[in-house]
Amino acid sequence: MKIVKAEEAISFVNDGDSLMIGGFLGVGTPETLIDELIKQNKKNLTIICNDTSFENKGIGKLIYNKLARKVITSHIGTNKETQRQYIEKELEVELVPQGTLIERIRAGGVGLGGVLTPTGVGTIVEKGKQVIEIDGKKYLLEKAIRAKVALIKAKRADHVGNLQFALTAINFNPMMGLAADLVIAEVEELVPTGVISPEHVQFPGALVDYVVIGGRSK
Amino acid sequence: MNSKERIAKRVAKEFKPGNIVNLGIGLPTLVANYVPKDMNIFFHGENGVLGIASEVSEEKANPDLINAGGKFIDIIPGAMFFDTSFSFGLIRGGHLDYTVLGALQVDEEGHLANWMIPGKLIPGMGGAMDLVTGAKKVIVAMTHTTKGKPKIVKKCNLPLTSTRRVDLIVTEYAVIEPTDKGLILKEIAPDITVEELKKITDAKLIIPDDLKIMEV
Repeated sequence: MKIVKAEEAISFVNDGDSLMIGGFLGVGTPETLIDELIKQNKKNLTIICNDTSFENKGIGKLIYNKLARKVITSHIGTNKETQRQYIEKELEVELVPQGTLIERIRAGGVGLGGVLTPTGVGTIVEKGKQVIEIDGKKYLLEKAIRAKVALIKAKRADHVGNLQFALTAINFNPMMGLAADLVIAEVEELVPTGVISPEHVQFPGALVDYVVIGGRSK
Repeated sequence: MNSKERIAKRVAKEFKPGNIVNLGIGLPTLVANYVPKDMNIFFHGENGVLGIASEVSEEKANPDLINAGGKFIDIIPGAMFFDTSFSFGLIRGGHLDYTVLGALQVDEEGHLANWMIPGKLIPGMGGAMDLVTGAKKVIVAMTHTTKGKPKIVKKCNLPLTSTRRVDLIVTEYAVIEPTDKGLILKEIAPDITVEELKKITDAKLIIPDDLKIMEV
């Protein structure tokens, strides 16, 4: 783990990369890293995220600034701009049930080829997917996903890079940290190693490549 | 009491002490207002919390603490936070006693459509498909009609949320139980007749001998 400025961390992101970005309606989203993606004008990104937040918050800002080519997400209802770009075919949107999205990410992070879920059976989500029957019950085969980079947000990190999340700001962050080749964590504070006791470490520093100290959540 | 409050109050009567309950965005969130505190209900938010107390004003808000509708909340003593994988494990794993959701349409087979209107409104399904697939009981809480048009239809023409049959439909005029025989009218509001109710319901209603009057 290396502690760097946002500018350096985001310099490792290339145009066209796939990015997993943590957060639920902007809570638990690395805002400083997102602002830096916009500043460095990274283009044609594929963004994997729970939702596209609001136009002026979190991942919504990436959509507003037209940095995304595709989003894989469960919800775009709070961001009119995502819906507009989707309807006008400026942006590709793959809608995935939320529980399926997190398990596809988890599968990508823990070495599974995919998961079998009953969610979506018999609906338009089933389209193009293999249906597998086990003990008389139908499941969809949902394939694992990985990304080039994960941008995650934690409350604090220690000098090893161990992370601790705040309240409902955990959401997708730890699983995304497992499912990407490069892990960049934005934190609100850096504490001496040992301050986060081992049983309270929620993501291991050994898997964090860069830590960026950003602002407090608002 | 307006229609939405009437629906919320009736839904709240379904819960048993200690139940785990997920309330959807919009009308379903009102249900919490009618649940007595000593019922010890654990309200679940799919964004990663078990033990929601209530929504709070922005002045009292902790920016890292929201419900699945993005509203700031506080929590009960004994609450727990978790990541999305655990949260949907609770949902899909059958650990939720109830999920209460709004609907665009419900049909004679008890199928629910609540996540998109093709070409018009594409918010995405969020957690709805998992909730309807996985919860022990699914309650649809909705107004009986929208702009005068029936929402309880013969067959949904909007994309389904799940092929699982919902367990109960509660509107301001009726409590309806979908079964393999069709939709059974369990309760009717005191301010409407069966004939009037049939006029604002597209689907066929089965009227049982023991039809009750809905407490409003």
